[in-house]
Amino acid sequence: MTGANTAINLSVFGIFVLLTLYIVYRASTRNVSASDYYAAGSSFTGTQNGIALSGDFLSAASFLGISGAIAVNGYDGFLYSIGWVVAWLIGLMLIAERLRNTGRYTMGDVMAFRMRQRPVRAAAANATLVISIFYMIAQMAGAGGLMALLLDVHSKVGQAIIIAVVGIVMVLYVLVGGMKGTTWVQIIKAVLLLLSASLLTIFLIGKFGFDMSAMLERTTQKSPLGEAVLAPGVKYGATDLTKLDFLSLALALVLGTASLPHVLMRFYTVPNAREARKSVVWATWMMAIFYSCTLVIGFGAMALVGTDKITGAPGGENSAAPLLAFQVGGTVLLGIVCAVAFATILAVVAGLTLTASASFAHDVYANVIKHGEADPRDEVRVARVTAVCVGILAIVGGIAANGQNVAFLVALAFALAASANLPTLLYSMFWKRFNTRGTLWSIYGGLTSCVLLIVFSPAISGSKSSVFPDADFAYFPLSNPGIVSIPLSFLAGFLGTILSREPADPDKQSEMEVRGLTGIGSGLR
Amino acid sequence: MTKALPSVSRPATPGFATFDERHHSLLIDGDGEPDFGTIQTSEDFLTLKRRVTRFILPATLLFLAWYVTFVLLSAYAADFMSTPLFGTVNVGLTMGFLQFVTTIIITMAYARYSKKRLDPQVEKVRALAETDEELA
Repeated sequence: MTGANTAINLSVFGIFVLLTLYIVYRASTRNVSASDYYAAGSSFTGTQNGIALSGDFLSAASFLGISGAIAVNGYDGFLYSIGWVVAWLIGLMLIAERLRNTGRYTMGDVMAFRMRQRPVRAAAANATLVISIFYMIAQMAGAGGLMALLLDVHSKVGQAIIIAVVGIVMVLYVLVGGMKGTTWVQIIKAVLLLLSASLLTIFLIGKFGFDMSAMLERTTQKSPLGEAVLAPGVKYGATDLTKLDFLSLALALVLGTASLPHVLMRFYTVPNAREARKSVVWATWMMAIFYSCTLVIGFGAMALVGTDKITGAPGGENSAAPLLAFQVGGTVLLGIVCAVAFATILAVVAGLTLTASASFAHDVYANVIKHGEADPRDEVRVARVTAVCVGILAIVGGIAANGQNVAFLVALAFALAASANLPTLLYSMFWKRFNTRGTLWSIYGGLTSCVLLIVFSPAISGSKSSVFPDADFAYFPLSNPGIVSIPLSFLAGFLGTILSREPADPDKQSEMEVRGLTGIGSGLR
Repeated sequence: MTKALPSVSRPATPGFATFDERHHSLLIDGDGEPDFGTIQTSEDFLTLKRRVTRFILPATLLFLAWYVTFVLLSAYAADFMSTPLFGTVNVGLTMGFLQFVTTIIITMAYARYSKKRLDPQVEKVRALAETDEELA
């Protein structure tokens, strides 16, 4: 990009990576037990974990993707942020405390609590791996676009190298630091991200005399859409079908957030349910502030940089925030904003890698393969090897997906989480009769229907913006599968339960309910 | 931890007033594990459950309904949502921002409610099963 100072940008990154690696290294002195590796020994406070939670959740898609979506589509881009903030209420009231009280390391712990262990754990691990890898590929693709903008790397090979470097650094975080190191990376990154977003916001509003209305007026003058950019419908309002797509997206966002495996896993890093609750309170505040900022940043980018320049830039929509930073603060601010975005990608991907590796090692290796009798040291070793494999997979996938809109890919991960995980978690916590078959049906029903609907959606084939624009097997008309797959998964869980001859285990149900609400029997205080 | 031995018929008498002062030990089974079945039907636990439901159920329905309303209006009432409210700020943007505000309000209300009404009750229920279940 014109004016981008590669030396400054690279040194800001370099400093961040070295600093965080040092901290990760320092934090990892006793990183041998399974509890240390998966859950940081449950030693974080609610406040720390709340900040880390927002760090884990505020991905590059949030920062770059959302401000970009607002800068290009106006109002319709804003919807993502609303869904993502409101969604935390589900995490707060229904999930966080019960999860902390019933599980130890993974989502599978909770889903399998009162069911037959092996099949349910295998299913939970499958869901975790599919969702995490989907989400991770979206993040990695974002890294490519970001670098294109920053370092003027336009060749696909150059971007591929950058994606590979991101992958290697994040695997290092996970291998060296385990959950403790990764959590510190999240905390540092969340603070940096929130600080820079709010400073940029205050500066922008200041530029318009602290008058949001004046800023929006300027936006309507600059945007080719005029007044329409402030109203709903730019992106989703064209036909009844796109409106339905919008509803489907909104549903996935609000229901998927609190059932993303890497978000769930964060609740194990605190010592008890009260701290888990406090985490969500902190995270909710951080998110609400952050997404209010992205609203200003998005419209600010539209007003100051202009939609055409943004869509024309390398990285497209995702370049709105960096371009705006350059416009208002020159190369230094651009460097900082890009470094923060880069840090975001690294941290989120590290969290995902950790989650995927924990799920494989704890659920599949220790419980399915070794029948719950694995040596904890072996378990951690398996987790580390898995982390490397997941890293490689993410690099390859990221290179393949390079150039796709990040927020869109992320939306699919939310639909998957809302379909496969949320119904299962809610049923197992709140429905007495729910049993093993119900669990399996709701996990696999949600997961497969969601994946199939994505494969046959216009996101994959049949339109110009598809992954395969030349083929056409888009039999399902919506890009967002949530509106079909989420109810389907609830239904599957219900039918599976009633059609099974094997009743739920009443003793385990008592234990789960009592333990979920009070923590009795969990050893937590 | 998977203890689920006979539970219901255990005598509720704590014995003579000897060293055995643990009046709550009736909710611990033979191996010193908490007797979840009995705790689940105890008055204290049922009170806790009622209190949890009393907040969570209406709050969840309320915020979901409010969110769905917002989404439906955005999709099918674009004209209404684009009515200007303050200068160029229209109804839709204001409602969107209000979603943030209500989320924060419900979050803080829940945090407060938990502290005042739930946590003390959790302590009561935990006291029923308090044994040597301290952290190892």
